[in-house]
Amino acid sequence: MTILDAFERRIAEDEGGAAVAMRIVAESARLLGAPKLIPIASAHIDGCLYHGDSGTLFAEKLVAGAARVQVPTTLNVGALDLLRASTVKLAGEKRAMARRLMAAYEALGCRPTWTCAPYQAGHRPAAGEDVAWGESNAVAFCNSVLGARTNRYGDFLDIACAISGRAPLFGLHIPANRRARVIVDVTGLSAHLRDSDVFYPAFGSWYGKALGETIGVIDGLSGVAGEDRLKAFGAAAAASGAVALFHVAGVTPEAADVAAALGAEPAEERIVVTSAMIASARDDLSTAEGDRIDAVAIGSPHLSFAEFEALAAALGGRRLAVPFYACTGRHVVRALDEAGRRTPLEAAGITIVADTCVVVTPILAEIAGVLMTNSGKFAHYAPGNTGYSVQFGSLEECVESAVAGKLVREGGLWN
Amino acid sequence: MELRGEILLPGAAEGPLLRLRAPISFWGGVDPASGKIVDVRHPDHGRCVAGTMLALPGTIGSSSSSSVLLELTRRGMAPAGMLLAEVDAILLVGLVVAHEMGWPFCPALRLDAKTFAALDQVACRIRVDGTIEALSLGSFSAMP
Repeated sequence: MTILDAFERRIAEDEGGAAVAMRIVAESARLLGAPKLIPIASAHIDGCLYHGDSGTLFAEKLVAGAARVQVPTTLNVGALDLLRASTVKLAGEKRAMARRLMAAYEALGCRPTWTCAPYQAGHRPAAGEDVAWGESNAVAFCNSVLGARTNRYGDFLDIACAISGRAPLFGLHIPANRRARVIVDVTGLSAHLRDSDVFYPAFGSWYGKALGETIGVIDGLSGVAGEDRLKAFGAAAAASGAVALFHVAGVTPEAADVAAALGAEPAEERIVVTSAMIASARDDLSTAEGDRIDAVAIGSPHLSFAEFEALAAALGGRRLAVPFYACTGRHVVRALDEAGRRTPLEAAGITIVADTCVVVTPILAEIAGVLMTNSGKFAHYAPGNTGYSVQFGSLEECVESAVAGKLVREGGLWN
Repeated sequence: MELRGEILLPGAAEGPLLRLRAPISFWGGVDPASGKIVDVRHPDHGRCVAGTMLALPGTIGSSSSSSVLLELTRRGMAPAGMLLAEVDAILLVGLVVAHEMGWPFCPALRLDAKTFAALDQVACRIRVDGTIEALSLGSFSAMP
């Protein structure tokens, strides 16, 4: 049974949007067997993506009930690119309801960040802080890389937590539940592979399937696992296996070393990763055959400024032969504009997609085509959500393929 | 033999039993407009959850599964009742929100492993006290 304190009880028994939110958090806590609610420091909301009119009606009920978020709250992607309306083909009543949904979440006091990488848009809770975040890659990054504490908060519970300023005490809010049980040893992989961007989404995809919700500590990435690589790894792992927390020895805040991540207890298992395992996971990310490609999409999670610089370097001023979508947040679009970097990219044929992305709303041409990507998450969701089959490859392979208008592979890296 | 579950969300309901053969993610797995199982990799692909007593061996936790269940509920295409082998807070939040919206929502019971395994009737009824009663198929001509 969940015990509410006097303040929480008074809110829940009241009327209006704040009462609705507190009751949703309290009911969820009861279903989860949480003994009480805890205060949270921030929230990140995934419920602003349109799945049907009911989500819009719920958000508007909260607005009508004068609800406001009580903690700093960022918004994940919506179904529309508000910076350039023509990017998204959603039409008619659905488009209107998707727009109303986004407007309602802004009216609740959420920051209109519209990004799945809020942690690169200035929203970085401190290690050890309790927060309520939604969106699987954001949850994995928040727990693992920032060391803040969140569960995977689903649609509606995320905004209810933000409005009440509370979350149920369960799961990863409890320090004892955050320790690693399994050692994932990658020290046998070549230094060159571990220092390659394309390794991280492939490894993440393998990791999610191999570990699922079991918490692991990765040994062997100290000195090479930078923030964008951890972002790509976590997104792929969360897509393939619901991973909400991972540790990297010598890199992430709860893993000064392997023993610290294990909480000074023995590991239940040690998995020695081979390059063949990762190459197999990489191959599974591709579903297409032959050398046809119809479009390239990158930016799941949303691209950072540094990733745009890598894109521009790979492009080297050449023009693209197929549509190329680079998905990002408006925080990066602003930075690109200020640096004068956006116009040359668009002149080369790149479509910069802001506020949303190609697998959650209709952007791609409606054909049974082949999409090339360097994102493990795009590779995971594109076949089901867009009807495209996938070629997974490195950023350089994506760019070379887009210039050539057909699949171009580099050799050597995985041997 | 009478079966009993732990009441997660109270209520009475009856319908043909649809016991899924594998865990499912409602987001990407169930069409929010029709209740049809659209995940081509799921063994029950093509069946429809609307109006059934839906027995779920587990869920794969997409954080938008609650949105799909709420949308099914608003459209009257939700299951008649849910029998869960494990609690999934994400999915059931869809029903908690339906309650707040004033929309009729289905009851949900948690069953222990033995009780879940014993579900073999073609149709059943949940009573408000959490017991599950077998029904004959005769009253359900429209199987999904």
